[in-house]
Amino acid sequence: MSAVPALTTREDRQRARRRRAIRSGLIATASTVIVIGGLATFVLTSPGWPSVHRFFLNGHWFNVSFSSVLSGFWLDVRMFLICEVGALILGLVIALIRTVRVPALLPVRIVAVVYVDVMRGIPTLLWVYLVGFGVPTLNLSGLPTSPIVLGEIALGMCYAAYVSEVLRAGIQSVHPSQGAAALALGLTPAQALRHVIVPQGVRRVIPPLLNDFIALQKDVALVSIIGPQEAFRVAQIFAAQYFNYTPLLAAAALYLCVTIPMTRLTDYLQGRSLRERGAVLALGPR
Amino acid sequence: MTAVLELRGVTKAYAANQVLRGIDLVVGEHEAIALIGASGSGKSTLLRCIDLLEEIDDGDILLDGEPITVPGLDPVPIRRRLGLVFQAYNLFPHMRVIDNVILGARRAQKMAEDDARAAGQAMLERFGLGDRGQDYPDRLSGGQQQRVAIARALLARPRALLLDEVTSALDPELVGEVLELIRELKAEGMTMLIATHEMTFARDFADQICFLAGGRIIERGPPAQMFTAPAEVETQRFLARLLAANRV
Repeated sequence: MSAVPALTTREDRQRARRRRAIRSGLIATASTVIVIGGLATFVLTSPGWPSVHRFFLNGHWFNVSFSSVLSGFWLDVRMFLICEVGALILGLVIALIRTVRVPALLPVRIVAVVYVDVMRGIPTLLWVYLVGFGVPTLNLSGLPTSPIVLGEIALGMCYAAYVSEVLRAGIQSVHPSQGAAALALGLTPAQALRHVIVPQGVRRVIPPLLNDFIALQKDVALVSIIGPQEAFRVAQIFAAQYFNYTPLLAAAALYLCVTIPMTRLTDYLQGRSLRERGAVLALGPR
Repeated sequence: MTAVLELRGVTKAYAANQVLRGIDLVVGEHEAIALIGASGSGKSTLLRCIDLLEEIDDGDILLDGEPITVPGLDPVPIRRRLGLVFQAYNLFPHMRVIDNVILGARRAQKMAEDDARAAGQAMLERFGLGDRGQDYPDRLSGGQQQRVAIARALLARPRALLLDEVTSALDPELVGEVLELIRELKAEGMTMLIATHEMTFARDFADQICFLAGGRIIERGPPAQMFTAPAEVETQRFLARLLAANRV
């Protein structure tokens, strides 16, 4: 066969690719500068900016309040850690009850369905309020009366409902052939769940579970309405006392310190599981 | 001598879809029977019914002369006496190969961890997979995964091995290694019931061929007779179609 001269050389392609990369970089930089710069100018030149700076971004009040807000935030951390563990355990129990079709469990299943419907259907704030003031009113010995504990219970109950739905979706997404293979080996249905179905189901829903935990980590602020002096509450008291809102921004920064790393972790895990399934499709100019 | 497996008039329907319409079949000790027939003829369903993964509607299935399809009987201990290998391997993707192989021994047979590991490792070595125990299944080729699945089913020393189209999901060049393994098991005297599309293999390997169509066994006999002089028109047509598709 005679050699046919190539229509496009390797060098041509490389040059074209380089040109495309430079152009994309320029466009990205320019659009970032225009949008961010425009927004910043808009805010900084607004007539009220000097008072915003004084009331919300005041260095003096930040320094004065920070240590108290921080100690309030430790209470937040303690509360959401306890809530997360509780919600995970209760959520898994509910998910299993709703998955397993055993006649004897029917009443429990009905309770679980109603529980999830109610907990997802009422505002979390309202439930915290009801538990926080309702349980002590029952006046039963043995029930906790500490608002911190009651707040943790209320929040954990709400999030258990969300967590159970995520877990249930994961468990149900495991292909029936996995269960069949486990049963064929002579495992009991319970063993098949424990060793084959649940581990695979939970693994698949770790990103959405972490998503729920991010929401929980900031929703602990809701507990403040029944008394506990966590970060938001402490900041609010400061703001009311000294008529300066900088402590609230300090509290916001502290919440972000835990939620943003968690968000990045979730994104990372989600991206990884997508890549594992080969499902990443890059959209954009080639 | 009682048969290892005996099926008497087994029927099974999914809603209005009558999949098995009265299957009679006897699998003797050390015997290998190949089930052939088009997709949807009921081969897989039959194997799933025998392993009690599906409940039959009528008839009886006997294992070592003892009925196993009596209503109310706990299927779990019976499944432990049978081995089933699936078309799509169905390995557990979250477990290492060795843990896949020994899960049944550990949890169903309650074998001690160390004993199970030793037995599992020996089984893998025998199948030429001794160095893959610590890998996850998705690191293995299809043929290797299917050999792991067979090892997993064999570790419990089943009375009979049920193989459901175990080479259908494999790339053509990987089929040989799995068939070779099944030949070895046959030489060792394993009792087997095999649903297969590999006619050449069925011909020189099985003691008896059963041709299924429409949920019935249309014709059965030794391979020599079935492949050269089938009596039934339907069998002739099926084999002619395969011949035309170059599969015999």
